[in-house]
Amino acid sequence: MTVMSGWHRFANPTRFSRLSARILPWTLALTLVLFAAGLYLALVASPPDARQGETVRIMYLHVPAAWMALFVYVLLAVFSGMGYIWKHPLADIAAKNCAPIGAGFTLLALVTGSLWGAPMWGTWWEWGDARLTSFLILFFLYLGYIALWQVFEDPEKAARAAAILAMVGLINIPVIHFSVQWWHTLHQPASVFRAGGPTIDSSMLWPLFVMLGAFKAYFVTVLLWRIRAEVAERRVRALQMMQAEA
Amino acid sequence: MAMKRKNQRMLFVAAGLSILAFAGVLAFFALGNNVRFFYSPGDLRKLSAPPSGDFHLGGLVAKGSVRRDNDMKLHFTITDGAASVPVIYDQAKYGLVPDLFAEGQGAVAEGELRPDGTFVAERVLAKHDEKYMPPEVAAALKRNGEWKRGQQPAEQAP
Repeated sequence: MTVMSGWHRFANPTRFSRLSARILPWTLALTLVLFAAGLYLALVASPPDARQGETVRIMYLHVPAAWMALFVYVLLAVFSGMGYIWKHPLADIAAKNCAPIGAGFTLLALVTGSLWGAPMWGTWWEWGDARLTSFLILFFLYLGYIALWQVFEDPEKAARAAAILAMVGLINIPVIHFSVQWWHTLHQPASVFRAGGPTIDSSMLWPLFVMLGAFKAYFVTVLLWRIRAEVAERRVRALQMMQAEA
Repeated sequence: MAMKRKNQRMLFVAAGLSILAFAGVLAFFALGNNVRFFYSPGDLRKLSAPPSGDFHLGGLVAKGSVRRDNDMKLHFTITDGAASVPVIYDQAKYGLVPDLFAEGQGAVAEGELRPDGTFVAERVLAKHDEKYMPPEVAAALKRNGEWKRGQQPAEQAP
């Protein structure tokens, strides 16, 4: 392709390295500032809940983690689709490096949810609950995706197999989101993104959004770091191969 | 007229995702109500026979229905507006109910339905709704009578 157009321009690893080096200090600074502000607002400045008391503060970790777990999975699947169709190695690398971060968010949401459920619901975990179970499946999808990359020695084959798993797993995303509407669940329905507006008081909604911003900035920072590291690693490997052949 | 490989792959992904979505919709309707975590009293009434053995009964704890015996037996009524079921829960035997358990709030009881229509619970879980607010706001709303615990404001009813 002689004329690089649209997002294809960013698929060039050299261009990506240059651009990401320029963005990274800003996203890192944003991460630190937003986490400092968000944690202060969530843990100190925001009020306790009328019914939950101080336990409500778990929500400021749980909800952004759960949102990010879904967001990162969708992004992973989009990168996978791009890598699968256009055979851009950079898209494959981006998808691959979304996975551990997304798995981390998923685990954080599961653990914080459990810690909240024990004092509030009276149970750590309920197998019959559609939201809890579909979210656990998301965690296993992430793990399966990561494992699939390790199965193949050829990164192109690995990328193809993992991409198909990622796209098939997309079906779980609407199930997670709508589970609390479709079925009777122990988990409460959505409080923020719902028809009729949020049912969270604004004194709690703002800290939540700041925390979401912090999680987003953290994700962008770590993803760019990881992609840069893998691009460098592949370059080193290619150079070693060339040297060995010479 | 050979298709470009790129377009072939694009078609494969599009076809695959459509089939997947279709399969998902089929699975959704096949699963239907089997995915429920609990039966509401109204659900039970629609059944020809109540589920045999232990099951979950969920809904709101009816106002003014909670009563404690001297022997630590907790009596309350689970309602969903359409129907209600009286529940007995032995706190001495199975432990205290969660702090969030209250009249007008959601709860899920696990146990068995006796032939006389009483639900004998061995476990009681509290449900939290989607509303989060500081105590002052809750107190102010209550004072103004705009919001009562467990009662959906009219414009927010699902």
